Amino acid sequence: MAGRGRPWLNVKRILFENASLLYGTKRAEPGFAVRTSETMERRINVDDNFVHPYMPNSAPLTRKAMLDFLGVSSVEDLYRERINGPLRFDGRMNLPEPILGEHDLKKHVMGILNTNTTCEEYDSFLGAGCYNHHVPAICDEVNSRSEFLTGYCGDTYSDHGKMQAIFEFTSMMGELVDMDVVSYTNYDASQAVSSSLRMAMRVLVAEGHTDRTRFLLPATMHPEVLAQVREYCGPVASIELVGYDKASGLMDLADLRGKLDEGGVAAVFYENPSYLGFFETRAREIANLAHGAGALVVAQPEVSSLGVIESPANYGADIVCGEIQPLGMHMQYGGGCAGFMAAPYEEKYIQQFPTYMYGITTTQNKGEYGWGRALNYRCSHGSRENGNEYFGTETGLWGITAGVYLALMGPEGMRELGEHILQKCAYAIKVLSGVPGIRANRFGGANFQEFVVTFDGKRVADVNAALLAEGIFGGKDLCADFPELGESALYCVTETTSRAQIDRLGAALKKIMGGR
Amino acid sequence: MGTIRKNRNFHQARWDEPFIMDMGNPGERGIIISEVEEGAQSDVASLIPAGFARKTPPKLPELGQMQVLRHYLRLSQETIGADLNIDIGLGTCTMKYSPKINEQFVRSSKVNALHPYQDESTVQGMLEIIYNTTEYLKEISGLDDFSLQPAGGSQAIYANVAVIRAYHEERGEGEQRNEIITTMLSHPGNPGAAATHGYKVITLMPGKDGHPDLDALKAVLSERTAALLITNPEDTGIFNPQIREFTDAVHAVGGLCCYDQANLNGLFCLTRAKEAGFDMCHYNLHKSFSSPHGCQGPGAGAQGVVKKLAKYLPSPMVRYDGQKYYLEEGGPASLGKLRKFYGVPAVVVRAYAFIRSLGQEGLKQVAELSILNNNYMLEKLLKIKGLTMPYADGVRRLEQARLSWQEMTDETGVTTDDICRRIVDYGFQDYFTSHHPRVIPEPFTPEPVESYSRDDIDEYVAAFESIARECRENPELVKTAPHKAALATQIDEDGINNIKRFATTLRAFRKYVEKEA
Repeated sequence: MAGRGRPWLNVKRILFENASLLYGTKRAEPGFAVRTSETMERRINVDDNFVHPYMPNSAPLTRKAMLDFLGVSSVEDLYRERINGPLRFDGRMNLPEPILGEHDLKKHVMGILNTNTTCEEYDSFLGAGCYNHHVPAICDEVNSRSEFLTGYCGDTYSDHGKMQAIFEFTSMMGELVDMDVVSYTNYDASQAVSSSLRMAMRVLVAEGHTDRTRFLLPATMHPEVLAQVREYCGPVASIELVGYDKASGLMDLADLRGKLDEGGVAAVFYENPSYLGFFETRAREIANLAHGAGALVVAQPEVSSLGVIESPANYGADIVCGEIQPLGMHMQYGGGCAGFMAAPYEEKYIQQFPTYMYGITTTQNKGEYGWGRALNYRCSHGSRENGNEYFGTETGLWGITAGVYLALMGPEGMRELGEHILQKCAYAIKVLSGVPGIRANRFGGANFQEFVVTFDGKRVADVNAALLAEGIFGGKDLCADFPELGESALYCVTETTSRAQIDRLGAALKKIMGGR
Repeated sequence: MGTIRKNRNFHQARWDEPFIMDMGNPGERGIIISEVEEGAQSDVASLIPAGFARKTPPKLPELGQMQVLRHYLRLSQETIGADLNIDIGLGTCTMKYSPKINEQFVRSSKVNALHPYQDESTVQGMLEIIYNTTEYLKEISGLDDFSLQPAGGSQAIYANVAVIRAYHEERGEGEQRNEIITTMLSHPGNPGAAATHGYKVITLMPGKDGHPDLDALKAVLSERTAALLITNPEDTGIFNPQIREFTDAVHAVGGLCCYDQANLNGLFCLTRAKEAGFDMCHYNLHKSFSSPHGCQGPGAGAQGVVKKLAKYLPSPMVRYDGQKYYLEEGGPASLGKLRKFYGVPAVVVRAYAFIRSLGQEGLKQVAELSILNNNYMLEKLLKIKGLTMPYADGVRRLEQARLSWQEMTDETGVTTDDICRRIVDYGFQDYFTSHHPRVIPEPFTPEPVESYSRDDIDEYVAAFESIARECRENPELVKTAPHKAALATQIDEDGINNIKRFATTLRAFRKYVEKEA
């Protein structure tokens, strides 16, 4: 590299003196271009600049011309007056040497990543809030486009297309959940649930109900979402769990009624299907009880079910929120998650949304539309500490991608998806029910996508270790979060899980359970 | 000097695309879902609990795959991404180049197809990258531990506020210390996150030097002070050389100090949170450490703390025992979960690759070239009559600056919002004016990060020279801009400011807004 005279050119005197420090810590790593002492010497002798392809003005001549233009001899002359004395850092950091060649960087990073084993290589039965759905090629194509990928907060006039794409996402989400108001994306479903609960509380406070400071949540809900609700809503409300029927998993309505009777409840939350996979079949009664006590209802549906399953908006939910990762996002080790929030077209709700809302408006040309950040006073970007909560850069690209997904799927695609998952789930339960020592579908009711499997006489950890040896990621171990369920795991199948994979799981489990 | 175009006679694509909800025809299909294999099928109706079958299918569009693709590609052409323009205008956003090789990494199945609950032995590569990135950030900040769970910069601020609360509560001062101090020119995420966590917010205004005044800080410090949340430099680009005195003063009353380093671009390897006396800091990995901003995310935040605060960090943390990487659940003091799973690992992978491609000397060059670019740009921009740089005359800015078109407005009636629309006609992103409220009138906040060449900066400045001429010779041209954008007429602002006309979905717009009109 140095022979071509490109990189590593500017090493200032202080570095020259510390050259042994700088170069002495070479690590033998795969793909790492190890420098020889000869090349190092040449680099140090060619004084001036560290030329890097990501920084065009690192080219010595350009840099010098810019310094000359400013009438200074070094960049340090531009900041020395401000950054000096004890504030100035001049030491060596324990950072590895730069990998300048792109090929070397690729070998290095992919060398590390290639040690991962993926859900394409193994059969995965993991779900629990992050799902292995098919991602249509068009979704990746669109979110790879530089315009969307590298756009940011350009607005009405520079990013008309982005604004339309966002509006189409919120519009199609509105159709999917059958609600009229949808905001731009949240960090993830947990944030959406947390913000929806706080929003419900603000709606009531604005109506004068300042004494409503309790949130009731199902004890069967996603533990990570619950943990975030506790963290995020804890400062303003008490978070209380409603028990569940041990046989069916359904929310214990007597317990709910009792807690509501104590008064002060702002919102009741439920998932449908629940984290543990079963349908919350008494959701209407939950809503009636909550409303009867003056509380609002916040519900999280599974978006991939909504082609065949009714939206909670149509059985009593006031705010519908959740996760859009299933709509065209890769799992990305959980990074594909993104949240949504929806509410009815009523001022009392609209005023309380905490994030950007991209509103549609007319232009000077009839029949032409534009968009802008609507009612911005609501949020912290408009009113700082007086806004509704805080927000920031969340998951815009995933919103646009979910829009692409819904446009591709249409009503038929969403129906096929929901129907496929229902059937696959039923099939998986049937196959696992044939394994001795296993209680597949512990709660016995109707499920979507996921079901609890309880093992008799075997530890889930051991079962999963044995499955791993067979190239199978077994279900999410529930023992730590739901010790009352004994040795149980949450199994997940989607439309990407083949019958053959389920059969193979069944056979592997038979082998494992046979040896108990 | 390379060839540059001073006026490209740019015209954005204008496709006048219909709403996709109105496109296509019944029966057309964009994608087909695999059929359930024989032997695994069942009667769907029997699998849906009574009363829960969807009565009316969702009113989603029905159109062919190519038609969906074409629609979105056209919308993309009506969007100016950082890859396509000289994106100096979005100051504070650090619109640097996001290397395409890094995109290949995160789009490989080795990242895309990982489930967050896989056995740790099968995600060692991912954990190694997260772990090593935290190790590098410890060096870069001088702080003792980092969580990469925050899913964005503001969530990292929020996480720091949660740590502040946990710290004071554990010391029995949770009730007493109910005030958080921040500054008017810090990101609204600071007051927003503090208020979300129940704190009373005290806001310091910029002093005569353009940064908050030490005496003003001392005047609001007390036994009620929980913490100071401060950015340095703020949006003005003026580095506060007294920052250490600020942190000393806060510590003297028992408060904590939190450095908003969302944008580290002008500081890399020149000055650190540690030497400035901070207990906490945060970085926006998608900004300084280069990830594409994705039309507002997904990004990632890095939350850094000193040793005494490490136990409060979110759960889990990625650790290394010398042989393997593993996830360690937080102890009883941990603030718990901020985001499902472990944050946004893809952004961490890109940040890792960015750090590895640069090393310390390269990162220092990032800072130096950001400062050089900015000063070079300012020297040229400020020759434009009507554009000024309020505060601290003669003081060099670091990586960005907040400028003002007030004199231009006074002279010609053309406002910064007009110029912000007009710049789009030249093929540039509209620029960042300021967060609200606009402390500096008619604001404009450029940030020429290290990715931009001198030629890029010259071209960018030339566009403003040209617009300044237009302001004087043909102000109507600027006031009625844009003319060459995809949307070339101005919107009716009432539609987005008046709740009676509010709509974020087409169904609401047609049902409630158009009907009324």
